[in-house]
Amino acid sequence: MKSRELDAPSRAADRAAGPQNQGAAFVRQCLALTEMEMRKLRHDPTELVTRALQPMLWLAVFGEVFSRVRAIPTGGSLRYLDFLAPGVLAQSVLFIGIFYGIAVIWERDLGIVHKLLASPAPRVSLVLGKALSGGVRGLTQGFAVYLLAWILGVGIKWGPGDLAGVALAILLGAAAFSTLSLIIACIVRTRERFMGIGQLLTMPLFFASNAIYPISIMPGWLRVLARLNPLTYEVDAMRALMVRGGSTIFGMGFDFAMLLVSSVVLAAIASRLYPNLAR
Amino acid sequence: MNILETHALTRRYGDLTAVDGVDLSVSQGEIFGLLGPNGAGKTTVIKMLTTLLPPSGGRAVVAGFDIQRQPSRVRQSIGYVPQLVSVDGTLTGYENLLIFAKLYGVPRSERQARISSSLEFVGLQDAANRMVRGYSGGMMRRLEIALAMLHLPKVLFLDEPTVGLDPLARQLVWQHINSLAGEFRMTVFLTTHFMEEADHLCDRVAIMNLGRVAALGQPDELRASMAKPEATLDEVFAHFTGHQLDNGGDFREISRARRAIARRG
Ligand SMILES: Nc1ncnc2c1ncn2[C@@H]1O[C@H](COP(=O)(O)OP(=O)(O)OP(=O)(O)O)[C@@H](O)[C@H]1O
Ligand SMILES: [Mg+2]
Repeated sequence: MKSRELDAPSRAADRAAGPQNQGAAFVRQCLALTEMEMRKLRHDPTELVTRALQPMLWLAVFGEVFSRVRAIPTGGSLRYLDFLAPGVLAQSVLFIGIFYGIAVIWERDLGIVHKLLASPAPRVSLVLGKALSGGVRGLTQGFAVYLLAWILGVGIKWGPGDLAGVALAILLGAAAFSTLSLIIACIVRTRERFMGIGQLLTMPLFFASNAIYPISIMPGWLRVLARLNPLTYEVDAMRALMVRGGSTIFGMGFDFAMLLVSSVVLAAIASRLYPNLAR
Repeated sequence: MNILETHALTRRYGDLTAVDGVDLSVSQGEIFGLLGPNGAGKTTVIKMLTTLLPPSGGRAVVAGFDIQRQPSRVRQSIGYVPQLVSVDGTLTGYENLLIFAKLYGVPRSERQARISSSLEFVGLQDAANRMVRGYSGGMMRRLEIALAMLHLPKVLFLDEPTVGLDPLARQLVWQHINSLAGEFRMTVFLTTHFMEEADHLCDRVAIMNLGRVAALGQPDELRASMAKPEATLDEVFAHFTGHQLDNGGDFREISRARRAIARRG
């Protein structure tokens, strides 16, 4: 038994750290964090079910009623319910992402954040791992919204390219909002303050977007806000990809570029701030 | 060769100097104890050595790497058990280990073997597939030790490893810490308020008070340095810090232990 592990080749510090090795390690570390979240969900999937209820209410109640009264012009030939479905999907991804910081604050009140930050995983990989798991949660919302929208007779595009595009938009949107949430968590640090800010932020993000009405009917100041809001680009891309007859206003390439840029910028800020949580 | 050295290590929080010019050196394979009352600066020292907190002054070298210039090399060489509970109650013991094995880059071919030998080392193989929130305080601490040794670090930092544990659980943790140094040749750097613990475990101790090292040496040497030759280590501690140790713990410690217990639910 004495010194049985001493000669083992596995002391982490002694292993070679070539550039490919580092790339592979980075991906593995990201995925390890995502896996951590997925395993938690598998133990307790109730969260996914309760989360799916809200978009269902929006579609089945709000959507159905406003389709009937035709109070909101869709800016094109789309039925209101068809116009709304991508907006509701994006909204549910936003809600999942924006409250992500709560989990991070919980991990900080325990010593989990400390241990993650004292591990060799680069800060960026920790942040991206979290962002990706937000995306996977978002995809589960996608299933729920697609299912209900289909039952309600929304004209859904089932092409594999369209579905993949929506999945990518969900992943990027979730990444942007969960990293935004992480940034807020790093700044406010306590659960109570976070809840306050989270509530304060979600509604403006939601209403200052094209999720439930087109930008064309907004007053000028709101248009400016909507153009700065990543949710707008997520919805705009999804509207063309998810429903028959839907189209983008800003162009698919521009939408995805904006989503990517906001995710990258937010992830860069979050990786800078994340170490503060352990101080 | 010293595996850990600090030179005038200092950390200020605003006007408060939490750690004030600390010089320490620890040699390979040693169990080194940092003793001190609440607020002495023990956790702050550990946070700097584990690269979580940048020093305000001075420098430190851990496993041959400078904590400020080569933080990622330092992180590869260390294991860390924070003062707070640091296992995830919503995962099983095995899953906690699996995630950290991946984060630490334990190669796939060795992963399962490392995980089972860590579990076996702390005697948790039978509880491996249970959710951690159902573990006792002692089992959680042992899981944390298993997590921290999984990648066979050169230096292991343990911040108050036995706080809140009953005497039996404490004994068990002591055993594990002893064999980490003996069997695995790890260097262990731990903090504690318990003299008995320091006496039992540590090759050398530094007694800290108000951010400074008040005394440094082997427990026996410190006892010998007192005027009274039959002094207990508790008396040594009181002599160097001006604190009377009350083993009932103060409000802060108790509320912390309670919080830790409440969090498991
Ligand atoms: N983030 C912080 N901001 C301001 N002051 C801090 C911070 N962290 C610690 N301190 C202060 O620094 C001093 C040293 O704290 P530290 O946690 O290192 O003590 P400790 O010896 O670990 O105490 P304990 O036995 O209670 O764990 C204390 O006075 C504490 O209040
Ligand atoms: Mg402490």
